[in-house]
Amino acid sequence: MFEAIAFYLFAFLTISMFYIAVTTTQALYALSALAAGMIFISAFFFILGADFLGAVQIVVYSGAVMALYAFGMMFFDTTREIKEKQGNKAIILGLSIISAILVVVIVGAPIIGNNITAAYPVTEGAGNVQEVGMVLFTKYLVPFEVAAVMLLVAMIAGIVLAGKKMDLSLTLMSEAEIMMMKEEDKKVHL
Amino acid sequence: METAYLIETVIKIVVILLIFSALAGIGTYFERKVLAFMQRRLGPVNVGPFGLLQVAADGIKLFTKEDIVPTNVVARIFKIAPVITAATAFMAAAAIPFLPSFTLFGYEVHPIVADINIGILYILGIMGVGLYGPLLGGMASANKFSLLSAARGAAVFISYEVVTGLSILAPIMMVGSLSLIDFNEYQAGGFTSWILWSQPVAFLLFWIAAFAETGRTPFHLIANDHEIIDGFGTEYSGMRWGLFFIGEYANMFFISFVISIIFLGGYGDGSFLGAIGLLLKVAFFFFFFLWTRAAWPDVRPDQLMWLCWKVLMPIAVINIVITGIVMM
Repeated sequence: MFEAIAFYLFAFLTISMFYIAVTTTQALYALSALAAGMIFISAFFFILGADFLGAVQIVVYSGAVMALYAFGMMFFDTTREIKEKQGNKAIILGLSIISAILVVVIVGAPIIGNNITAAYPVTEGAGNVQEVGMVLFTKYLVPFEVAAVMLLVAMIAGIVLAGKKMDLSLTLMSEAEIMMMKEEDKKVHL
Repeated sequence: METAYLIETVIKIVVILLIFSALAGIGTYFERKVLAFMQRRLGPVNVGPFGLLQVAADGIKLFTKEDIVPTNVVARIFKIAPVITAATAFMAAAAIPFLPSFTLFGYEVHPIVADINIGILYILGIMGVGLYGPLLGGMASANKFSLLSAARGAAVFISYEVVTGLSILAPIMMVGSLSLIDFNEYQAGGFTSWILWSQPVAFLLFWIAAFAETGRTPFHLIANDHEIIDGFGTEYSGMRWGLFFIGEYANMFFISFVISIIFLGGYGDGSFLGAIGLLLKVAFFFFFFLWTRAAWPDVRPDQLMWLCWKVLMPIAVINIVITGIVMM
């Protein structure tokens, strides 16, 4: 009974949070609702007994949305409302509802059609982390390694893009030194 | 069975909430007394014996002060931000074993709300979410200094989390579990089996990151005292500001518990002496938070990021590699 109560409570909370994230004109509301929704999703993992994935959901998405906040801080005054250019609202609403139903049908149909059994049944006595590790390092080793390489590429690209003059600190330089640096930059660009 | 478990859990939650909100208040008294002692002042002396009732006076002041919500703020976010800080601090406490299990009126009590098998990951994740409080408070305040404080908060968040995660990984590899109770049992052999002796580097890194996690000096740069204002808390008044404080102090206590359990043997074999030992260790780590505040200056945000990314993170990675080689 508690599982059902928790499921419906968090289902309601998650959907209402994402609804706010989509419909509000206030950037801060949208970001906070997105973060809250992401964290509420972890409740489903906890209900299903996948504690590890639940905690990972919290750790990963709280950090990811934090980066969005940083962008929000840079690009807008987050305390003001934002006027969005919106087309026909009925079309947007209709299309999104239809696509949501389609996704549910596509994912749900095979489950209802035939009794799906777990390809990797739960090993007795093994914890959550061990199970994820076993599947990750046997069946899904190649996607795992590819993802690792992609992240490495992204990291190196990020460092190369952002890392110019990383050894310099503007706070430690005197005004004259900063001016000199700017002059040299102009010469290079010319 | 189900009902008994439910009642037991609710009682535990209420007890932990009451004890640690009270401790957060008393923590402010300790902080003022310790700082006063180190700075050759008296600290609170007037209210009650040794100024002990100062805590109650502060509480009455916070509760009865007018709750001001300034004109241009984003009201809902502004109101919810302090609640996030306080609530996440207590949510993290759900996976911490505060004492060894004991028998009360013939009923065995485990002083942990939920012994989930990924305890430490859950605690660190929820404590990370706690930094949303200062961030949202600063961004919603419509105040430039608060916004700067929120930006520093985001910088602290992205810097320390990597160090915490990587430094804790080496002990986790040794224990082979993420549950704090398993950590405790791994070190049940006593003083010599503490993880501190086999993982001194991880211990130091985690301890340093704990200062950033709780936002204490030398990483008190979120609410930068040098601006004479209170950073993200500038626009807050009354109990909303008080909630930020409760969250900060509760976090200090909880992270002290976590450090003691992971690296310093926790409650040991579960005897009465072990329980007292755990409380003494927690008291030491709490005192150390106050000690550093009196002894060290704050660092700048760029220095914190330099420290976390260029010094501590490489050390943590090397520590993991060495641990892995030794374990193989």
